[in-house]
Amino acid sequence: MVPTEINGEEVIPFQGVGKHKPTGRKYAPPIPTAIDYPDDGNKVIGTLKEALQKCGLKDGMTISTHHHLRNGDLVSNTIFDAAAEMGVKDLVWFPSASFPCHEPVIKYLEDGTVNRIEGSMNGPLGKFVSQGKMKGTAVLRSHGGRVQAIQDGEVKIDIAVLAAPSSDFFGNGNASSGPSACGVLGYATTDFMYADKVIVVTDNLVDFPNMPMEIQGNYVDFVVVIDKIGIPEKIVSGTTQITKSPDRLLIAELTAQFLQESEILKDGCYMQAGAGGTSLAIGHYIHQILKEKGWKSKLGFGGSTKYMVQMLEEGTMEHIMDAQAFDLDAVASIANNKNHHQFPVFNAYNHHSKGNLTSMMDIMILGATEVDVNFNGNVATHSDGYLLHGIGGWQNCLHAKNVILPIPLFRDRIPVIKDEVTTICGPGEMIDIIVTERGIAINPRRTDLIEKMKNSSLPVKTIEELKAEAEAICGPSQKPTISDEVVAAIKWVDGTVIDVVRKVID
Amino acid sequence: MSPKIATAGNTGKKIRSDCFVTLELKDKGGIQIEQKSKVEVLYGKANIELCKDVLSFYGIENAQLTLDDKGAVSLIIAARIEAVVKQLIDTDKEYLLDFIEENKYFSEKDQLRFSRLYLPGNSPSMMLNAGIHDPNGIILDLEDSVAFDRKKEAQLVVRNALRGINFYGAERMVRINQFPMGLEDLKYLVPHNVHMLLVPKCEGAEQIKELEEKIVEIQKQHNIERPVLLMPIIESALGVEKSFEIATSSENVVALAIGLEDYTADLGTRRTNEAIESFYARTRIVNACKAASIQAIDSVFSDVGDMDALRENVKVSKGLGFEGMGCIHPRQIKVIHESFAPETVEIEKAKKIVNAFIDATERGLGVVSLGTKMIDPPVVKRAETTINLAINLGLISENWREDFLNEQAS
Repeated sequence: MVPTEINGEEVIPFQGVGKHKPTGRKYAPPIPTAIDYPDDGNKVIGTLKEALQKCGLKDGMTISTHHHLRNGDLVSNTIFDAAAEMGVKDLVWFPSASFPCHEPVIKYLEDGTVNRIEGSMNGPLGKFVSQGKMKGTAVLRSHGGRVQAIQDGEVKIDIAVLAAPSSDFFGNGNASSGPSACGVLGYATTDFMYADKVIVVTDNLVDFPNMPMEIQGNYVDFVVVIDKIGIPEKIVSGTTQITKSPDRLLIAELTAQFLQESEILKDGCYMQAGAGGTSLAIGHYIHQILKEKGWKSKLGFGGSTKYMVQMLEEGTMEHIMDAQAFDLDAVASIANNKNHHQFPVFNAYNHHSKGNLTSMMDIMILGATEVDVNFNGNVATHSDGYLLHGIGGWQNCLHAKNVILPIPLFRDRIPVIKDEVTTICGPGEMIDIIVTERGIAINPRRTDLIEKMKNSSLPVKTIEELKAEAEAICGPSQKPTISDEVVAAIKWVDGTVIDVVRKVID
Repeated sequence: MSPKIATAGNTGKKIRSDCFVTLELKDKGGIQIEQKSKVEVLYGKANIELCKDVLSFYGIENAQLTLDDKGAVSLIIAARIEAVVKQLIDTDKEYLLDFIEENKYFSEKDQLRFSRLYLPGNSPSMMLNAGIHDPNGIILDLEDSVAFDRKKEAQLVVRNALRGINFYGAERMVRINQFPMGLEDLKYLVPHNVHMLLVPKCEGAEQIKELEEKIVEIQKQHNIERPVLLMPIIESALGVEKSFEIATSSENVVALAIGLEDYTADLGTRRTNEAIESFYARTRIVNACKAASIQAIDSVFSDVGDMDALRENVKVSKGLGFEGMGCIHPRQIKVIHESFAPETVEIEKAKKIVNAFIDATERGLGVVSLGTKMIDPPVVKRAETTINLAINLGLISENWREDFLNEQAS
């Protein structure tokens, strides 16, 4: 059972898919007036610390950041350096994702500067939280869920500190130029719209007007210019190469073949695949099939990579809509190709809106650390109970017409299919197909697909059969020792709590 | 004094699905086990139980055992512990885990051998998933891919793999060492349903005779009747000259393979992609095999990144009369299968010829003709081979002639 209170606030337990409908109005930030801002439009201020002081940083406030600089982010840690110098305590850090480069925040979690992190947790931070060392309880949300939480007023951002690869003095920011260009700033939109105060941090101050204005200057309080906001080689994702593993290539081949035989892959389809090595290989095979058939995908939703850009350029994809760019080819394409559009996650994923992109997608390729025999999926924790990944857009993407998880049946003796997942991040009714190197399981609810694949030569099996196969190879496993203490809450796309993560006992 | 500490297995950053075991025999203090495992949370208890069981099987009562585990499955951990035990005490006892049901199948003398995937005998990580890539055969290698001081531990890994790893129907082959060590390998293989042995550096019929005597001796001890098939590898100038003698040395020799790295070294030349230097050897071996009615199998193609070059290579190989080749990477398998398989035009032509032959036989005609052209018996035979191969590969159905006649009629 999930608790009804997290961090002293009442929360609603998961009600089922499509069951929870909130009422009321959206949250709104206070009304500003142009009287308080310089007539010449110049909002540049000396240092980040000065800006934080002028924004009235004090104990208990919520600070938000975006993650477009990924593991090359040089800005986020300095917020807490400044806060610690100011002696401020109990802050809530609300990033759209964190990375191993944010390990220094641990010392501020230890000394009380930061109370908790509400956001995706990676690497050392995840480990710290799992061991029960964080004062507050972590809250993990999907990218769309984060947007929903801000918009619904569940999370009130006091100060948004938004790194911008280029900005003018008024705060109009974008990401297509500058030494730390990262393509798009799709995760920053909600933050600047809803935060009480907005600070833009750039290392590339350009003349007004800086177009396009992904961050809109009339939402911005201060602009801070520093030497360097990011390390370019760490900004691009580490995973944007097609896998070389023969086993994963086999999974990718099986997936593409399945999509073709089941006629999910068709002329004009909408598709999305991640930037992992296996997903990229699937994209490559889909590209080949489309070329062969003379078909094209009408729309690909990013994070985009050079492989998707290649489809756009070779005419097997008509449009790319992008909330983030995973590699430099994608960054360049956004700047140069008129059919490669910047598209905020706000519009793509938000569940509390008048429809969104996710439910329109025909093909959705996702990953998972575990799935269970009821097709429930886990992306946040490992089988040893440790919180080691963010949810990303994963929960939001489950709304697609056909959700496919290409995953190995076991990883270094750790079976992927369980009786019960360690943490439920996604309900089984939303996951349609699991493709492993040893067989493909179709969710029994998808009788249409089962019927269609009846005479296929592909190895279609039940999920129980796949689980038994893995167990025969790896041997029966024991359960990890977990305490009752809740260290993190997993939110569903509608703001309800779908599961919690408990402290691991070593 | 005999040594009291022994190690076996592999460790290091890149090692997966393997473990490194250290055993120190003591005079007192009971069994002390220290485990460091990346999967300890899930398999820690099972691993400790297994360690204890193996040590007790060998009657060891006082020892310190360290298991550095990178996600090895039980049959690998067991092999590693047996290896350290056998370095320290003299015993013939074998610690055997279950022989899985899925591995109780056999191979046939003339089955398809387009591809055979080499797996280093002391590197378990590649073994678990080898079969899923659907090679015609897998070769657990005890020879060149295993360092000299690791031969004994590799024997145990290969034995346990033959018993417990499912290769999904692939022909179960092992490349043994050169003699005399190769003869020592046999007791770890013959009782465990090895289908075929690859015999390296084969240079004469007497080698095969010596090998078979030893095999039969072990088979008698275990009441095994089904013969072990043999694929001698010709890797020297002398071997090439003796190829027909080797091909006909036993009815269990079902194929000859050529090993080009060693052969070109023996010639004192360099191996090239064009392979002109080995043209004589290859044609000589193909000829010897055909004369002996066995299969001729080509060497491996070592550039695993270049699939186009591999495809070209297979075409030449097939053109010379080879019926298969070795693979050192799973991605090569599909390319090899596609390239050795008969092409559509070949199959269509073969259908016409075989149909004409059946037709002529049914009508009691002595002469087969297609249109105005007479068809010679060897042409019919080749067409039949093509058709059978196409049926085997699932390229055409067994009842292809019905469809063929319907098409003709319409």
